[in-house]
Amino acid sequence: MTTAMNSQDGMNKQNGGAVASEDLVDLKCVFERPKSLSDKPFHYCPGCSHGTYHRLIAEMIDEFGFMDNTVGICPVGCAVFAYEYFETDMIEASHGRAPAVATGVKRALPDRFVFTYQGDGDLASIGMGEIIHAAARGERITVFFVNNGIFGMTGGQMAPTSLIGQRTTTSVQGRDPRTTGHPIKVCELLSSLEGVAYLARVALTSPKNINTCRKYMRKAIRAQTEDVGLGLVEVLSPCPVQWGMSPGDALHHIEEDVVKEFPPGEFVDKLAGPVKA
Amino acid sequence: MDLCQIHADRCKGCELCVQFCPKHALEMSEERNAAGYHPAVLAHPELCNGCAMCAQMCPETGIEIYRRQKRARQDAVNQG
Repeated sequence: MTTAMNSQDGMNKQNGGAVASEDLVDLKCVFERPKSLSDKPFHYCPGCSHGTYHRLIAEMIDEFGFMDNTVGICPVGCAVFAYEYFETDMIEASHGRAPAVATGVKRALPDRFVFTYQGDGDLASIGMGEIIHAAARGERITVFFVNNGIFGMTGGQMAPTSLIGQRTTTSVQGRDPRTTGHPIKVCELLSSLEGVAYLARVALTSPKNINTCRKYMRKAIRAQTEDVGLGLVEVLSPCPVQWGMSPGDALHHIEEDVVKEFPPGEFVDKLAGPVKA
Repeated sequence: MDLCQIHADRCKGCELCVQFCPKHALEMSEERNAAGYHPAVLAHPELCNGCAMCAQMCPETGIEIYRRQKRARQDAVNQG
């Protein structure tokens, strides 16, 4: 069993009394909805990784015990209603300004765990200035970045992270680098800044990668709690509806094509010592 | 009770759980749920071993996984 599942076990031992049915005497719940995640059904499209990433963030908040001590900053984009889904304090920021809002919250309340949840249209497009300066200042915030290579909510327009040749509603012949440039690689871009403590990228395409994502997220959170600097985890997410693929095909597309442009891995790791899960 | 409990009303029919189930225990239902999607169902409960691959992949967190406990371990847990 993985570390994450063990921590789930630990959580369930505490509230094992809630399972009262006689059938369950020999059965123990090893995977359930995290406590930090609200009961509201997600509004995301079928097969979208936003829901998976929300769950992972809620698992991390439970695991670190930050549920009463967290301030989350929502983006503008598909995840604009993310404040509905977390049982923590949440703030809705203007488009792309989540790192600036998080800076203010963290400086006013340094004992809180402050995270931002941002998509690629939010962080890599209109909010590029905010994230670069927050990283350069080394703000003690954690950024959870979702890269699906397209503007999902507004109808599938080309994003700064769209692949070369990708067909979108604003690049119907495929993205042409002569007129629209090349994809922006956020992790590589930020890795030159001194204030960044942790940078990693992972594709949420399999249970194995989801566990890898948990490992990266623990480190990104530790970058804040151990006062080292800014932590950022970028996930490569499918957008099955706007890519025009089935959810399964979208995951294959990430594993075959998207990871060539956006290689997964850890880019910066200034943390010392092993993960304290 | 089945080891894999699917909340049919949360399901949006993305089929990721069906594709990632290593035992092929899951199928898509012919029925529709409240939102109009065909939900996933545990069609072959005897094949399910509670590996939680489906629950890990489910974007809606709509699957709960239970595992059988060894009696000694269960007693130790109960005694605290």
